Amino acid sequence: MSENSLPLGSSIDLTSSHGHTFLEALHEWVVTVDHKRLGILYILYGLFFLLVGGAEAVAIRIQLAVPKNQLISAQVYNRIFTMHGTTMVFLVGMTIIFGFANYLVPLQIGARDMAFPRLNAFSFWLTAFGGMLLYYSFIGGGGLYGFGNAPDVGWFAYAPLTARAFSPGHATDYWALALIVTGFGTLGTAINIIATVFSMRCKGMTMMRLPLFSWLMLVDSGLTLVTITPLTAAQIMLLVDRYLGGHFFDTQAGGSAVVWMHFFWIFGHPEVYVLVLPAFAIANEVIPVFSRKAIFGYPAMVAASVGIAFISLSVWAHHMFTVGMTSFSNAFFVLSTELVGIPTGIKIFNWLATIWGGKIRFATPMLFCLAFLFQFLIAGLTGIMLSIAPWNWQLHNSYFVIAHFHYVLVGAIVFCIFAGIYYWYPKATGRLLNDRLGKWHFWLFLIGFHVTFDTMHFLGILGMPRSIYTYEPDRGWDTLNLVTSLGGIIQAIAVLIFAFNLVWSYFHGEAAGNDPWDAWTLEWDTASPPPLYNFARDPVVRSRRPLWDLKHPEDPDWEYEG
Amino acid sequence: MHPMATVSVSLCSPLLLRVPRGVLWIAAIGQQAVPSTLAPASTPAHEIKTLALFTLSITGAIFFVVGGLLTYAIIKYRGKDTDRLSEPPQIYGSTQIELAWTVIPILIVIVLFLTTARLIFAIQDAPEPDSALEVTVTGHQFWWEFRYPKLGIDTANELHVPLSNEQAPIPTYLALLSADVDHSFWVPQLAGKTDLIPNHPNASWINPLRPGLYLGQCAQFCGAQHALMLLRVYVDTPDQFSVWVKNQQQPAIQDPRAEAGRRVFETEACMNCHTIKGTVATGRFGPDLTHLMSRETLGAGAAPNTVQNVREWIKDPGDFKSGCLMPAMQLSDQQIDQLTDYLSTLR
Repeated sequence: MSENSLPLGSSIDLTSSHGHTFLEALHEWVVTVDHKRLGILYILYGLFFLLVGGAEAVAIRIQLAVPKNQLISAQVYNRIFTMHGTTMVFLVGMTIIFGFANYLVPLQIGARDMAFPRLNAFSFWLTAFGGMLLYYSFIGGGGLYGFGNAPDVGWFAYAPLTARAFSPGHATDYWALALIVTGFGTLGTAINIIATVFSMRCKGMTMMRLPLFSWLMLVDSGLTLVTITPLTAAQIMLLVDRYLGGHFFDTQAGGSAVVWMHFFWIFGHPEVYVLVLPAFAIANEVIPVFSRKAIFGYPAMVAASVGIAFISLSVWAHHMFTVGMTSFSNAFFVLSTELVGIPTGIKIFNWLATIWGGKIRFATPMLFCLAFLFQFLIAGLTGIMLSIAPWNWQLHNSYFVIAHFHYVLVGAIVFCIFAGIYYWYPKATGRLLNDRLGKWHFWLFLIGFHVTFDTMHFLGILGMPRSIYTYEPDRGWDTLNLVTSLGGIIQAIAVLIFAFNLVWSYFHGEAAGNDPWDAWTLEWDTASPPPLYNFARDPVVRSRRPLWDLKHPEDPDWEYEG
Repeated sequence: MHPMATVSVSLCSPLLLRVPRGVLWIAAIGQQAVPSTLAPASTPAHEIKTLALFTLSITGAIFFVVGGLLTYAIIKYRGKDTDRLSEPPQIYGSTQIELAWTVIPILIVIVLFLTTARLIFAIQDAPEPDSALEVTVTGHQFWWEFRYPKLGIDTANELHVPLSNEQAPIPTYLALLSADVDHSFWVPQLAGKTDLIPNHPNASWINPLRPGLYLGQCAQFCGAQHALMLLRVYVDTPDQFSVWVKNQQQPAIQDPRAEAGRRVFETEACMNCHTIKGTVATGRFGPDLTHLMSRETLGAGAAPNTVQNVREWIKDPGDFKSGCLMPAMQLSDQQIDQLTDYLSTLR
C-alpha cells in the first residue's frame, strides 16, 4: 500500500496553491487538468444550478398554490418549467454525477489521473459553456423579434411546437444548441471514464475487484455514449428544420411529429438510468460501509447494472402509449418496461441483504441512503403502475407522472447525491460536514420531499395534467396543490441549510483525517484532500476491499472472493 | 364561493341534478366535479380502473413486504455506539437466495403483462358497431373542434354524446386530428387519453353509461394557453340528445333586432376565422359560432358564457386568456355592443 511520502525527493514541490493570490488561484482552477479539481468544478457547477433550478421549482409551486393564481403569466410559467426541467437534467444531474465519477474513479482504481486529462478539462468547459448558452437565452432568445426570452416548449420539446411557425425567435435555438454543446462535453467525459477504467487500474485490480462505484460509472458511461447520440442527432435535425428548410418534424410538409418523440425518448428514457445508476453507485459504497458489511452479491450487482443498462434501451416508447401506436407495439413496451423491474429488484434485495446482519451506523450519508431505499422502492412500484399501458392512458402527462419521476430524480438521485457529498466531502476538503446541520438538512428535506411528492400522486389520479400554469377551482385539486407547495418551501429551506453547511464546514469543520468512516476502498488510503498525484506509490490490491484486508490481516477478503 | 361555481349553479340546468353516483362523495365536499380516474362513468375508464386496482394490490403487497423487511432490518441491526470495535460477520452472497428473489419478480411480471396485454387488445382493437356515433375531434391552439360528419353538426369545446347502455350500446367513436401542434384528449371519467397529432390520425372511443357533465382538458403541452384548453363532455339521455342535435342542425337564428351586429360580423375580420351557418361567415380558423349561446363556457372554458363575458371577450380575449390566437380587434364600443347583441341571439 502507498505512503504519503514523495517518491521524487522532498525538494520537488508538487503540491500547489499555497501563498497564491486570488487571481493565481483562479488561473490554476481554470487551466487545471487534474481530475480532482475538475470533479469539484463539476459538482460546484451542478450545485449552483441546483439552486437556480430549485428557485424555478419554488416559483412553479407558488404559482400553483392556489387556483386561478395571477402571479405568473402563462408565457413566463411555460419558460420557467421548461428551464426547470432542462436545468435539472442537463446542468444539475449530469454535471454532478460526472463530477463524482471524475473525482472518485481514478482514486478508487489507484490511478494518478484520468486517461485523458486534457479531454477531461475540455469536456467540463464545453458543458459549462453549454449551460451558460442556455441561460443566455434570457437575454438573446427573442432575437430580431423582440427582447429576450427563455425556451418555452417543455424540456421534451415536442414537434411541431418547436417549428419556427409556432416558436419564433431564438429561444428554441438556444435550447437546441445548449444541449448539443453540453452533450459533446458529456460524451467526452464518458469516453474518458471508459478509457480510464479499462486501462488505468492499479496492479491486482481485476474487473471483478473493481469497486462497485467505478463499475457502475463504467456502465453509466457506456450507456451515455448510446443515449446522448440520438439526442444530439435530433437537435441537429431540429435546427436543419428551423434554418435550412428541412422537413424532419414539419408536419405541414409531410414530416412526422412522432419521429421526434422516438428520437427524444430513445435518449430520454435511458437518460433516466444514466442519472440513476450513479445514485446506485453511491449507495453501493455508502450502505456497506455504514452497515459494516461487504456488499451482498457483488457479481449479481454488476450483472444487474449491465442488465438494467441493456433493458433500458428497449423501453423508450412507454412514454408514448398515448400517441396511437398499434396494440402490439404497446404490449411489447409493457413487457420490456416491466422486465426492468427484475434487475432493479435484485439490487434492492441485495442492499437489504447487505444491511441484514450488519451493525448500522446512522451517520448522515447513511440516513440519506436509507431514505433512498424506501423512496426508490416506491418509485419502482409507481413505475410498474405506469407501465400498465391502459392505466398509463389515464396517468400519462398527469401529476402522477410528475410525482413518479421526481421520486426517481429527487427521492433516489438527489438523496444519493447528498449522501455522496456528506460521504466524500471530508476526502475532498479534509473537513467533515457539520453533523447537526446535516441532520437538520436530512429531516427537513425528507419531510418536504414527502409532503410535496406523495401528494402529487393523488393530484394525478384526480385528473390534473402537467404543464399547466393554472387550474380551475372546481376540480377538487386546491388543497392538495397547497400542501404540495408547502412541501416545496420546506425542501428549499433544507437545501439552503445544506448550502450553508458546505461553506461553513469548509472553514470550521472538524478535521477528517484520511479515513473518517473506517471505509475500505482505495480513496480512503490517501491524504484528505489527496495530493496532486493521488498515491505516492502505485497501490497493489488483492480483493474488492483493499483497506479491509489491511485492517483485518487475520480475516482478509481475498480468502473468500472467488 | 368562486364565480364559476355560482354560475354553474345559476345555470341550474337539469345537468346538475344528474351527478353520477360515483362522484357523490365529492358532491358532499362541495360544488365540485372532480375529474377523478377512480370515478369512471364509461366503459374503457371503468375497465382501466379495475386493472388499476388489481395492479395497485400487487404493488401494494410488494411495498409492504419489502418495505417491512427493510424497516425490520434497520431497527434490528442498528449498531450500538458502545460496539464500535468489532465488525459483524462478513457475508458475501448466496446463489440460492439470489435465484429465489429473481424468480419471484419474473412470475409477477408474467402475470401483470398478460392481464395488461389482454386489456390493451380489448380496448384498442374493439370493432366499431354500426350503432356508434362518429365525431371528428380536431385540436387547435387552444380549443377543440367537434364535427359530427353524419349529423352535419359543427361545434366547439363542449361535446355532446348520447347515453349508452349495456343492451343496445351507442358508443361514440372519436377520430382525433390536429390542426397545428400536439394535443391530447383526456376526460378521465370516460376513457384514457389519446393524443391529437398533426399528420398522424388517431382514434378513441367511449361508451358512457351514466348521464352527466364530465370535465377534462388538453393533456399534451401545446403552447401558451395549454392550461385553458378545457373540455366538457355532456352525456345526454336519448331525448336530450335528439333535442340538442335538432337545434345544432338549424342554421343560425336571424333576429332582425340584431341585424346591425350581424353586419359588423360580416364586414369586419370576424368572418375570416369563424363560421356562422346561414351567413356569409365561413372561416374555419376559430370555433363555429352558429349556436354559440347553447354552450356554457367561452374560450374553451376560459370564462362562463354570459353576455357580459362575450362583450369582454370580443374587446380583448387576452384579458381572459393571454396568448390565445384571437386578437383584440380594436372595434368601437358601439360595434362591440352590436356584436354582443348579435352573438347573444345565437342559441
